[in-house]
Amino acid sequence: MSVTPSSEYVVPKLKSEVMISMLSKGLRISGRRVDEFRPINIVKDYIPNADGSAFVKLGGTQVLVGVKFEVGSPFPDTPNEGNLMVNAEFVPTASPVFEPGPPDENAIELARVIDRSIREAKAIDLSKLVLVPGRRVWNVWVDIYVLDHDGNLIDASSIGTLAALMTAKLPKVEVRDGGEVVIDKNVKTEPLPLNKAVVTVTVCKIGNYLIVDPDLEESVLSDVKVIVAVSEDGLITGIQKSGHGYLSEDDVLAIMNIALTKGKEIINTVKNILTT
Amino acid sequence: MGKGGVKLIEGNLRHDGRRFDELRSISMTVGVLKNSNGSAIVEYGRTKVLAAVYGPREPPAKHVLLPNRAVIRCRYHMAPFSTHERKNPAPSRREIELSKVIREALEPVVMSELYPRTSIDIFIEVINADGGTRTASITAASLALADAGIPMRDLVASVAVGKVDGVLVLDIDEVEDMYGEADMPVAMAPTLRWITMLQLNGVLTHEEFIQALNLAKKGIEVIYNMQKEVLKKKYLSIKVEE
Repeated sequence: MSVTPSSEYVVPKLKSEVMISMLSKGLRISGRRVDEFRPINIVKDYIPNADGSAFVKLGGTQVLVGVKFEVGSPFPDTPNEGNLMVNAEFVPTASPVFEPGPPDENAIELARVIDRSIREAKAIDLSKLVLVPGRRVWNVWVDIYVLDHDGNLIDASSIGTLAALMTAKLPKVEVRDGGEVVIDKNVKTEPLPLNKAVVTVTVCKIGNYLIVDPDLEESVLSDVKVIVAVSEDGLITGIQKSGHGYLSEDDVLAIMNIALTKGKEIINTVKNILTT
Repeated sequence: MGKGGVKLIEGNLRHDGRRFDELRSISMTVGVLKNSNGSAIVEYGRTKVLAAVYGPREPPAKHVLLPNRAVIRCRYHMAPFSTHERKNPAPSRREIELSKVIREALEPVVMSELYPRTSIDIFIEVINADGGTRTASITAASLALADAGIPMRDLVASVAVGKVDGVLVLDIDEVEDMYGEADMPVAMAPTLRWITMLQLNGVLTHEEFIQALNLAKKGIEVIYNMQKEVLKKKYLSIKVEE
């Protein structure tokens, strides 16, 4: 059951008033522009035991993403495709309000939004992940680990997922006669076949103002945000309104414009970081 | 041609004979349960959803209460027999996400500030699923809240727009959802012009998104008028005896 959350983190009234009055002039306490992201840092191949991984810092938010490949059976409705599975854990290290236990509705929503953004854009070429048609395929596990919460967990996770998928390498695999699959986990062969890059852009509404990449205090002040998944070829590959507020039609149209512009920028940033 | 090689558009009509901007046949009934404070059954074609509202009341677990407003508790649940294959009644990740999305679609209109330290509970049971269960759920829950006499700023009406065989169509059913290219559910408080739910599962161009939003608004307007009609029909017929 989903219950109205109590505000987990309190911003002093005076500070919140200052933040809103600054926004009316297009300014933020951090000195950022309303459409400016915090610096993005990525360490690729951070986890030796994973098949692909990335450690991402988006300002003060820290997220680890690990990709693991496993041999599995295809789903009956997609016999000639590999499987994608996305899971997110809000680790108790990340915030005083995160408790140990199974993923709550926020973690589930984050994982499902990222899952859909990749799946619907056909970002991974799942048809190339078949080992024995109709019987054995690669399962792609994406595990998102939120280590420290300073706002905008979704975009940080999405950037980490993109980086981990782009650097992931499939283990060496041999299909013997009779359909037996033998894997050598120690030998990494080909990169994961990707069709295109996808990233989410979260636009947050505070009062009547729209900002990107909210930090923790900004997210506390906001009662509604829209997560827009954008592909490198400029398509919208997913949308999710989140939070107990509402939006006007003008808000929604403005948000799409912001997201499409910022999405391409972030994809370029991630690609640049990974190639240097 | 759709994903699975299923033809969803024939000339100017859809696989079930509807025009592109035509809703399924929709029916609404309020006050269908004796015990709940408010209830409604909503049908979008073969999709059938029951919503019940209890409250404002004291919830079993008091730690969730807020000092300045009522909390809204919402559960979206699919009956095991509502789908083709039996659905395990344990809550799935999808149901957990949808419970949140539906609660957040209704939060803006419920005047929860009038009932501090109470809980308003919305229980939604999908009786038969044929696409559009979350949108039918929101329409039904909004009616059940009104039927419970809970003060609201507006009703919320909801419908999905889909893209099938490259065409934007209103109120997609299960087949169109499964084989189509996109599913975009939208909920609005129409008089206030508030968008209270917006999701996109699939791929649209920027241009298509704008068109889809306009198509959704058209459908929501029709559903909203039906909601008002069904409430009027129930409550205007109640006569006070002299």
